[in-house]
Amino acid sequence: MTISRNARLLLASLLGVGLAFIYIPLSVVIINSFNASKTFSWPPSHFTTIWWSKALENTGVRQALKWSVFAGLSATAIALVLGTCLAFAVSRYKFFGREVISLLVVLPISLPGVVTGIALNSAFTKQLGMSTGLLTVVIGHATFCIVIVYNNAIARLRRMGTTLQEASMDLGANGITTFRLITLPNLASALFAGGLLAFGLSFDEIVVTTFTAGPGIQTLPIWIYNNLFRPNQAPIVNVVAATLVVLSVIPIYLSQRLSQDSTTGGRF
Amino acid sequence: MSKTVIVSIKGLSRSFGDVRAVAGVDLDIQEGEFITLLGPSGSGKTTVLRMIAGFEKPDAGTIELAGIDVSQLPPYERDVNTVFQDYALFPHMNVISNIEYGLKVKGVAKQECTTRALEALRQVRLEGYGERKPSQLSGGQRQRVALARALVNRPSVLLLDEPLGALDLKLREQMQIELKQLQREVGITFIFVTHDQEEALTMSDRIAVFNNGKIEQLGTPREIYENPVSAFVSEFVGQTNKLTIAGKNINIRPESISVSQSTGAGNQSLSGVLQDIIFVGAITRYLVHTSSGVVISVNPIGDLNVGDAVMLSWDKEKEFLVH
Repeated sequence: MTISRNARLLLASLLGVGLAFIYIPLSVVIINSFNASKTFSWPPSHFTTIWWSKALENTGVRQALKWSVFAGLSATAIALVLGTCLAFAVSRYKFFGREVISLLVVLPISLPGVVTGIALNSAFTKQLGMSTGLLTVVIGHATFCIVIVYNNAIARLRRMGTTLQEASMDLGANGITTFRLITLPNLASALFAGGLLAFGLSFDEIVVTTFTAGPGIQTLPIWIYNNLFRPNQAPIVNVVAATLVVLSVIPIYLSQRLSQDSTTGGRF
Repeated sequence: MSKTVIVSIKGLSRSFGDVRAVAGVDLDIQEGEFITLLGPSGSGKTTVLRMIAGFEKPDAGTIELAGIDVSQLPPYERDVNTVFQDYALFPHMNVISNIEYGLKVKGVAKQECTTRALEALRQVRLEGYGERKPSQLSGGQRQRVALARALVNRPSVLLLDEPLGALDLKLREQMQIELKQLQREVGITFIFVTHDQEEALTMSDRIAVFNNGKIEQLGTPREIYENPVSAFVSEFVGQTNKLTIAGKNINIRPESISVSQSTGAGNQSLSGVLQDIIFVGAITRYLVHTSSGVVISVNPIGDLNVGDAVMLSWDKEKEFLVH
């Protein structure tokens, strides 16, 4: 398709404005985490890392970071196991209600977080009689992490087809050996990419977390939310926000790189 | 024949939904023979092969391998190996690991695995390619690796599912000869599936022609070609002229008919007009318009031009009947 010069200029500037709109505020947060002025006078006059060391010393921040990492890793681990199993069931076997299950698995990602949160909260506290805590956060996060892993795994399984497994069995390997030596190695990069993405999502999730975390549990996003309007915490909030940005972006960037690599390294 | 039967198929049937893919196949395959299952797509030949390999379970019937019914056993408990149409090489392993795979999972010692894999690699003339990944090989090379990966296990039967289909014509013809030589060398029974009649005629000791899930004819390439039992076989294997002379239907191959301006040497003849001359390399086809339609001949006598009044001539013994 050819576009006129003027149209191209217009589109390019629109793109520029759109990207600037998203990324300038984000960079301000990161720059301010190094801003020596406590009131964030702009432009920053001095560079400092004092807020970073203060944040590191802050026990609330450290505890929140631990809880976030723990919740992210646990939810990702659950999602990897269940998501892979589901992908296998849906792609390799024909059974009654297969399409419905496929839809039901993917649905949570599009459900409003506030609804999922309220529903889970009520299920945990009223129906199951559990008290909310770290465990309920992990389960809540797992509901949408599964979707990511499932989608990645099923796409790879469909592209792999079944002949590699048939070839392995033909050569004398039983089902378990075939899974270990053939299926899993060819699935690994898709699972890794899915796992990174799932961790990234869990790490910055706030809505479902709000409803499923117990009163004593603060993940990093919740810590930010709770400390946002305390004036003396503001510099540290910037540091935590910057950390959150970096730690969420890296897994997503890596996962995208991995999925790209694996599209060219398909089957033969 | 004094040879022993290695594969014995009795009453084999398999349906997919409403479609009867295989509808009662009986077939005895001799040890060490090169047999081809030939037929158009959907004729059931591949399904038969997949049932011998163990990827599909038959609805009815038995498959005996060396006297033992294996039709209910999983693929990994059958002493057969398959060369797949798309080769199905493991993309995350190099060539040597691909070839060693079957030996490794059966618990053969590492040393012996490597020795036998290198030997198999030599057999398919790919020495020095062991460290490459399948993605770094050409189609023909992948095909050889797939062959080595299957043969290294020394199965009692090797199954080949249209293995030459993805290769270009020149390479395919070369591989046909190589495969046949390799089969004589290793002495393993080959069951070869193809829809290419020329390939079947070139390579096979015997051909089973499939149609609608059944074997229509079983015989040597010469028997199939010279005495096809049905209209389907005569049309699927080679070209056939169908003539009606004096109210009688006869069939005759193009190479059995000569075309000339005078009466030819045969004891049967038919007059016509030369409609077209088609040059196809090694042979030239002469299309003659006659009272019973267009007849093809590939044996011209003398100089002929389009539009000439010509005489077709053949021996009555070369005619064949079909049902």
